Amino acid sequence: MINSLVQAILLGGYYALIACGLAFMFQVMRIINLAHGSLAILSAYMVWMMTEALALSPFTSLLMVLPIMAMIGWLLQRAILERATKGGELLPVLSTFGLSIVIDNLLFQHFGANTRTLASYVGDLSWESYQLFDLWIGKLPILIFATAIIVIGGLDLVLRFTSLGRQIRATAFDPDTAGLVGIDARKTAAIAAAIAMMTVAISGSALGLRGTFDAYAGAPQLLFAFEATIIGGVGSLWGVLLGGIILAIAQSVGALIHPQGFLLGGHFVFLLFLFARIYLNRDFLTLRHWLGNKSKGESL
Amino acid sequence: MSIKRSNAYSKVTIMAVMLLLMVLVITPFTASDNVLERLTVLFIYIIMAAMWNTLAGFGGLVSIGQQLFFGLGAYATIRLAHLGMPPFVAVFIAAVLVGLLSWPISKFMLRLKAAEFGIGMWVLASVGHLLVNLDPLIQGETGTSLISLNAYQIETRRVLIYLAALICMSGLLIGLFYLLRSKAGIAMQAIRDNEEAADSIGVDAQTVKKWFFIFAAFGTAVAGALWLAQASSFQPKTYFSVQWTAYMIFMVLVGGIGRFEGAILGALLFFAVETWFADTGVWYLVGLGAVAVLCSLFLPKGLWGAIESRLGLRLIPVGYQVTEETLKPIKS
Repeated sequence: MINSLVQAILLGGYYALIACGLAFMFQVMRIINLAHGSLAILSAYMVWMMTEALALSPFTSLLMVLPIMAMIGWLLQRAILERATKGGELLPVLSTFGLSIVIDNLLFQHFGANTRTLASYVGDLSWESYQLFDLWIGKLPILIFATAIIVIGGLDLVLRFTSLGRQIRATAFDPDTAGLVGIDARKTAAIAAAIAMMTVAISGSALGLRGTFDAYAGAPQLLFAFEATIIGGVGSLWGVLLGGIILAIAQSVGALIHPQGFLLGGHFVFLLFLFARIYLNRDFLTLRHWLGNKSKGESL
Repeated sequence: MSIKRSNAYSKVTIMAVMLLLMVLVITPFTASDNVLERLTVLFIYIIMAAMWNTLAGFGGLVSIGQQLFFGLGAYATIRLAHLGMPPFVAVFIAAVLVGLLSWPISKFMLRLKAAEFGIGMWVLASVGHLLVNLDPLIQGETGTSLISLNAYQIETRRVLIYLAALICMSGLLIGLFYLLRSKAGIAMQAIRDNEEAADSIGVDAQTVKKWFFIFAAFGTAVAGALWLAQASSFQPKTYFSVQWTAYMIFMVLVGGIGRFEGAILGALLFFAVETWFADTGVWYLVGLGAVAVLCSLFLPKGLWGAIESRLGLRLIPVGYQVTEETLKPIKS
């Protein structure tokens, strides 16, 4: 029991890792990037390719993929998101969804249907574990959890205490006013996208180290990231860590209840949180709410 | 200045549509089996495009989870047919049930904004998929088939499915036409053009959106049930796949989001692209995604939007048209 709880919390670390980039972009640019999961898979493939071709450790490959993903983030913002956000709030959804289809299928075209993993390149790390009293805790999940804390903490520190962070926050709050006080909002947004994509590269590698991935594995990662973000309460990056842990615990409980309940457990808790967020402090248990016409003020 | 609902083009269009319908009704007696099957598929695509357009184009609700209703429509048909209901009745009742189910869903989901709504619907579709998998009748991902259709001979069956698809498509399009011309539809088009302005003149966006959401769910369920009828086998993975929504998005974006004619044009284009390029496998999907991205960035109103603004051509009169110049430049 305690063992599965610990495993769930560590899995939550992975979810937090993949979600923090999504939450970061949402906070800064008010965009939910639907290609988020696909981009994570893209970076996992890039790490895999470098590891394979240059006989490197996946960690070294990741260091080389980080700047590539940062550039992709920059390009993504400049070529697609910037244009799409000008056309209202629907176009970013459509264009990033289209982008995810392109990425998924290009990956499938290039790499085929076989699953890949990075675990085989890190030797013992993939299965070694620490013993703590009666518990065996895998080294790799601990590493991923620690990485999640470092990444989220790092993002938080950058946002809070650096001048870049202040510019990003100002741009997020009001791009036009930020422009008035001399902040290049376009540049700041592109830098933020680049940072988000670096976290995506890290989470893609974490996925590859934890298990296998294939070209179409992006969609579930996007859903996990989104669920963790919403459960965590969108507003804060640390919330995402909590959200990831809650999601993972819900999935483990789901799996205990029914062999196919892993994903369902997570989805239900996500919907519960969504429900609570929407209806908290509302008269939603009254019949009038369900049957009567709402007054104007109530509709969002 | 004069304000009219229709123009000479739209009168011609209505005549042409009537004529086309008559031709389509007698088609089964002349066309080959293959043509009938392909036309059935085309009708289903048109339904899907029109329904997604209803939601996104008029309601401003971009859902990535319409496969929920597509899959549930097919699943409910299987369930009802299993209870002994004739297959074509089951198709209809299934869609009505899914429409009813979409009411409580709308209460909840319509509180979400933009991308949150989109991915939230995707999560719901995933929930629907997983729950359907739990039903022993479906046998997990192995799936099952609509056995009761075997009661008809293959030739009769093909014609019946064709006619059912034709009737459903025409019915839904006519329904959408009147819905758009109704008070709710005018409100919806006002919301499409500018939600805040519409709100300020007293349009109740939530209620109107709810009706469009339910209508789209019903229509998409019809499409799913018809797809089941023509494919006859049901695998949850196929029916609840996000690819359906990707197709809908492609059709509507290319054809022209928020334009009645746009969805139909998009479906025709998609159908043509599929017929010619489906052999190229994955590249075809890459192309679809790329065209969707390019359209959303450079041609946000789609092909029909471009045609409409260049030529002022409106074939299907769902709005009001103002002719002659109404605003004169102010001289200083």
